[in-house]
Amino acid sequence: MSLDKPYLDIPGTTIFDTAQARRGYWLNQFCMSLMRAENRARFKADERAYLDEWPLTEPQKRAVLARDLNQAIAEGGNIYFLAKIGATDGRSFMQMAASMTGLSEAEYRDMMLRGGRSIDGNRVLGEDGDAQPQRQPQGSGKPGWEH
Amino acid sequence: MARISASVYTSHVPLIGVAMDLGKTEEPYWRPLFAGYEASRRWFAAHTPDVIFLIYNDHATAFSLEVIPTFAIGTAAAFEPADEGWGARPVPRVIGHPDLAAHIAHSVILDDFDLTVVNKMDVDHGLTVPLSLMCGQTRAWPCPVIPFAVNVVHYPVPSGRRCFQLGRAIRRAVERYDQPLNVQIWGTGGMSHQLQGPRAGLINRDWDNRFLDRLIDEPAALAEVPRIEYVREAGSEAIELVMWLIARGAMADAAGGAKPRVAHRFYHVPASNTAVGHLILEDQLEDKAS
Repeated sequence: MSLDKPYLDIPGTTIFDTAQARRGYWLNQFCMSLMRAENRARFKADERAYLDEWPLTEPQKRAVLARDLNQAIAEGGNIYFLAKIGATDGRSFMQMAASMTGLSEAEYRDMMLRGGRSIDGNRVLGEDGDAQPQRQPQGSGKPGWEH
Repeated sequence: MARISASVYTSHVPLIGVAMDLGKTEEPYWRPLFAGYEASRRWFAAHTPDVIFLIYNDHATAFSLEVIPTFAIGTAAAFEPADEGWGARPVPRVIGHPDLAAHIAHSVILDDFDLTVVNKMDVDHGLTVPLSLMCGQTRAWPCPVIPFAVNVVHYPVPSGRRCFQLGRAIRRAVERYDQPLNVQIWGTGGMSHQLQGPRAGLINRDWDNRFLDRLIDEPAALAEVPRIEYVREAGSEAIELVMWLIARGAMADAAGGAKPRVAHRFYHVPASNTAVGHLILEDQLEDKAS
């Protein structure tokens, strides 16, 4: 018997379920370590060396180094944990959110001021809303951010 | 006997706390939002309770992936505002009410809700932003607060139905407490928002307002809405709204009493990535009259 996972057909969305949490356990625990100032300093001094102290997979480490949050989420990361990386870099939650959409920070902010992203066409994979895979990237932004 | 007199519902967007802490509330971006809470602060000043039972979620602050309690009640004497990575908010420490918290834990567990009892934890923006919105900047929060943390991050989260029933059990617990305390119950989080993936920034104004309508008028039916609808229609992080159903389940009408009075209602888009919703519901004091 397989589990009921009715959320797998939502476009542009990864639900952090028990399976994702298993896959991302060490990635998320690495992120938690950045709650401590001395760990943030060690990470910033040599990111690769700090990551190598953790049993992360190589794709997880590459996603962190590139600040590619979509990839990190695919590898089991959860946004509230990954946000510790952004905090370490002095980034806001909005900047992190924008980085996952392909919108620049200004484009993303404008979208929110216009009332946010519409639900129309974004409920189910196969529709034609702006969050659908065939419409990525959405703007002039790039994955990740300067750090 | 203690009683629950009112419930407050509000989003807990972290940037709202930042705007207050940095003195930006008069900026054009923020003014409409804080204007929507002016009536709330007047109401709260006139209706300050003895204790606030505050339902919120921890955002990978006190709880990492090492331990993930579905429902956790804070029974400590005090809780420190957490450093979430940007530095701790400059807000007062939160004074708890260990005796009432322990009493509620005991009663609710006997009622088949298997709470995790937490005697040590820091509290993040999920708890402190609602206090700031309702109380403004202050050197001390006006009353003790019992933190009640719900897992809405690690899926599956508790269902709306389970949350509503838990609220009913919390009301029964409060009414069994033999001190004459006036308790408010606050449900926080939401409304529509998604913080992850290419669908980040989703807002569903119609869905949110229907949720507010139904929370007022038909909460038991609203509690039957399945998790998938929150996530699909209002964004992956909108599932936080199940926490509002705990507070709503603690109102008198969920125990056969009268419908609450709507003291205030407000909705605003955007605050950062999020739609902000807010309600204040007062129980009618018919039992005093009779």
